[in-house]
Order: sequence, then structure tokens, then C-alpha cells
Amino acid sequence: MKSWHEFITMGGYAAYVWPSYGIVLVVMLANAILPGRRQRRLLREIRRKQREEQTE
Amino acid sequence: MFVWFHKLASPPFFYRFAQKLAPWLGWLSLLVILAGLYGGLWLAPPDYQQGDGFRIIYVHVPSAMLSMFAYMVMATAAAIGLIWRMKLAHAVSAAVAPLGASFTFLALITGSLWGKPMWGTYWVWDARLTSELILLFLYLGYIALNHAFEDRRTGDRASAILALVGVVNIPIIHYSVQWWNTLHQGQTIFFGPKSEMPPSMYIPLFIMILGFMLFFAAFSLKRLQVEVLQRENKSAWVRELVETT
Amino acid sequence: MRYRAIIGRDLRLAYRRRGELATPVIFFVIVTALFPLALNPDPALLRTLAPGVIWVAALLAVLIGQDRLFKTDYEDGSLELMLLSPISLEWIVLLRVFTHWLVTGLPLVILSLLLAMMLDYPMHAIGILVMSLLLGTPILSFLGAIGASLTVGLRRGFMLLPILVLPLTIPVLIFGAAAAGRAALGDHSAAPLYFLGAMLMLTVTLSPFAIAGGLRVSLES
Repeated sequence: MKSWHEFITMGGYAAYVWPSYGIVLVVMLANAILPGRRQRRLLREIRRKQREEQTE
Repeated sequence: MFVWFHKLASPPFFYRFAQKLAPWLGWLSLLVILAGLYGGLWLAPPDYQQGDGFRIIYVHVPSAMLSMFAYMVMATAAAIGLIWRMKLAHAVSAAVAPLGASFTFLALITGSLWGKPMWGTYWVWDARLTSELILLFLYLGYIALNHAFEDRRTGDRASAILALVGVVNIPIIHYSVQWWNTLHQGQTIFFGPKSEMPPSMYIPLFIMILGFMLFFAAFSLKRLQVEVLQRENKSAWVRELVETT
Repeated sequence: MRYRAIIGRDLRLAYRRRGELATPVIFFVIVTALFPLALNPDPALLRTLAPGVIWVAALLAVLIGQDRLFKTDYEDGSLELMLLSPISLEWIVLLRVFTHWLVTGLPLVILSLLLAMMLDYPMHAIGILVMSLLLGTPILSFLGAIGASLTVGLRRGFMLLPILVLPLTIPVLIFGAAAAGRAALGDHSAAPLYFLGAMLMLTVTLSPFAIAGGLRVSLES
């Protein structure tokens, strides 16, 4: 790359290159965030059930 | 060494191990991918035929490689789970499948976005795109069967059989699609890594492949933790874990 | 002797359920008849489409027929008796799928003659079309049986079965339709027929293990 302008326009291929990278970014971010969130939610759920059992 | 492996197969030990390892792998993969992006999008020269359009290769090829690699991991773990009745192995298959499916999806999308400037249409019934599409169907079938049963263990074992049938079929599918393709289309435009690529083009590709592999490792571990928690939610070590954290 | 008894039992049961078994055959005819209506009854067009249309319809018809393959035996408990029988489950399954093909797959092959005529498929190639279906539909039966064994315990298994099995049937479709299509153009069609034969051998030897495994998993739950 020689300039920022060339980088942004991707030599005329911007309409194909940037959407590709965009969708990869979105899917990878989703894959990175969702499992951790599910893990925390699951732990919270197990803890809640355990408390319920103890109070009974 | 063997003792260590044996210990790793025990869910509580594995869970703590993954809890420590996954973040490291995750951040490392981010660094490697950023380096690969810098090399691929900025340093690498434009292709003499495809101009800057070829830069899609740096996400397309790693996705396609992971899509196949993940199926192999899934089927190997399924075989181990069926033969030695190892619970953790079934959890591995179930954890890897969604990741594999999402990378198959990415390989298809980036492939078709690459195809538009090169072929003139978003979709061509090219042998590799078609095989990748069938691979996505195989993943979806596996995931659907895995979740169809109320009892997790039945779902695990049923879908493990399906994964093994799939892995026997994949070479046949791949070969038949290639045969069909040469029959109907003649020569398709070859795209992908060319042997005469200069190092400034292929080194970023290797870096990206490494980064995607690390990403896969990190987030399979994370998903595997979730699968293990779901399967063991009534066991003593999970209770202990919940109380201490 | 015992093997003959198994086949005999299945054939007798099939005769009693002949209405149910006719469904895939009727489906095959109706689906094929839809194509000229949806496209264009031009004989030249139909002739080029005929191999593909007949093969896709046959594939779907066979899969529809496989859904109830183990259902009644699962519900009335005879499947559990089969597990205890001195003959291995793999053998029983092999014979079961084969007899099922005799009563559902074979009629499809015979009816394809009629449909080929209706779609203006050239008569000189009809032998190859029948040959491709004779080699291909048993493979589809065995693949469908794998799906049936895995989903027999599910209430909505009939919806899941095609998703599981259809991707696996793609090579059969490719080689089967290619054999019939090449023959129609007067080309050599030996290569795809050999592939179909090889695949038939492979499925007959390997799939009974997968089917029996699937049944064992379904019964344990």
C-alpha cells in the first residue's frame, strides 16, 4: 500500500474486500463473546438452584 | 506425560486448566491476527492479475482450512467418545461443531464475495464452493441431531455416529463433486494460493492461518467449558466451584 | 434358515402394511409429474431434464419411505427382542433394509420406465437409467436407514431425517444422474456406473454397523 486512499478504496475492490473482512470480524467477535457469556449465565443459574435447595 | 493426559480427561481438572489457558490463547490469537492483517492488507503488494481483490485470501483460506480441520477434530473426538465411552470427548465434538459451522459459513461468504469481481457473479457451482456448501449441511445436521434429544448422552452418542458416517463420506463427496464439476464446467478459474506467490504475499497468509488456529483453540476451550458445565451441573465439583467463585 | 425367517416376517408385515408402502411410490410419480407443469412441456427440454428429474424424485421418495422403517418395531418392543436374538443386530438390519428395498425401491425402478417415457427420455438409453437406479436406490435405502435408526426415538424424527441424510446422498445423485444423462446423449456411461457399484459395495458392508449402532443408542435412552 502506498497511501491511505489506496488502502480505503482497495484499488477499486473495496466493495468486496471490506465486506469480507467485516463479516469475518462480526462472526469471530460473536464466537469470542457468546461462550463466555453463556458460561457466566450457567454458573449463576447453578448457584441459584443450589441456594434454593439449601433453603428448603 | 501419560498421567497428565489422563488427568486432563477428568472434567474438574480440565475445567480449571481451560480457565487458565483460554484467555492466553485468545489474546495471543488477537496479536497474531493483527500482525497478519498488517502484513496482508498493508505490506503485501497487489496481485498482478487480481489487483487488491486478492486480499480476501487472507480471511478466505484460513476459514476454509479451519472448516475442514474442525470436522476432523469433531469426528476424531466422536470416535474416541464412542469407543472408550469418554464423556469429555463427546463434549469436544459438541463444542467444536458450532465453530466449524461458522468458519464454513465464512469460507462460503468470503468465497462468493471474491467470486463476484473474478467470475462476475456471486455464486458459481465451482467444485470447492460446492463441497464447502455440503460441509455446511453436514455441520447443520450434526448440530440439529445433537440438540434433538432430551437426554444429553443419547444426543451425544447419536450425533457421534452421524459424524463418523460423515467423515467416511467426505472423501467420496469431495471426489464426486470434483468429477461432476469437470464434467459440466470444464476448467474453472483457479484462485487461491499460487505457487509463484512472493514471500511478502504468502508469509501474511501463514500468519493468518496460525492466528485463526489459535482463535479456534482458545474458543473451543471456552465452549468446551460450557459443555462440561452443562453435562456435570449436578456433580460435586461443580457445586464446589460455584461456592468458591 | 433363520435369515429366511427374518425376510419372510418382514415381507408378510409389508404385505399387511401395503397402503403405507405405496406412499413413496405414489410420491415418486406425482413429484415427477410436477416438473413438466412447472417448467414447460416442450419435449426437447424435458429430454435434457429427465435424468435429473427422475433421480431427484427417486431420491426423495426413497428417503420418505425410510422414516417408518424401525418405528413400529421400536414402539411395540420387538426391536429390543432383536437385540437379544442370537443373530447379530447388524445382520438383522442388513436383511431388513434389503427387504424394505425390495418392496419400496424396486417398484420405483420399475415405474421409472413409465416416467422416462412420459418425459421423452430416449428409449435406447433406458437400460442404463434402470441400471443406475438398480445400483443407486439400495445405497439410498441404506443411508436413509442410518438416519431412521438415529431418529427412531424422536417424535419429530421425520423432519430431522432428510437434513441428516440428504447431504450424504449427493454422490449417489451425481453419479446416478450422470450415468443416465450420458447414456441419453449416446456417451459412455460405464464410469459413473462403476462408481455406483463401488459405493453400493461400501454401503452394504459398512452401513449396517452404523444402523445397528444407531438403534442401540436409540434403545438405551
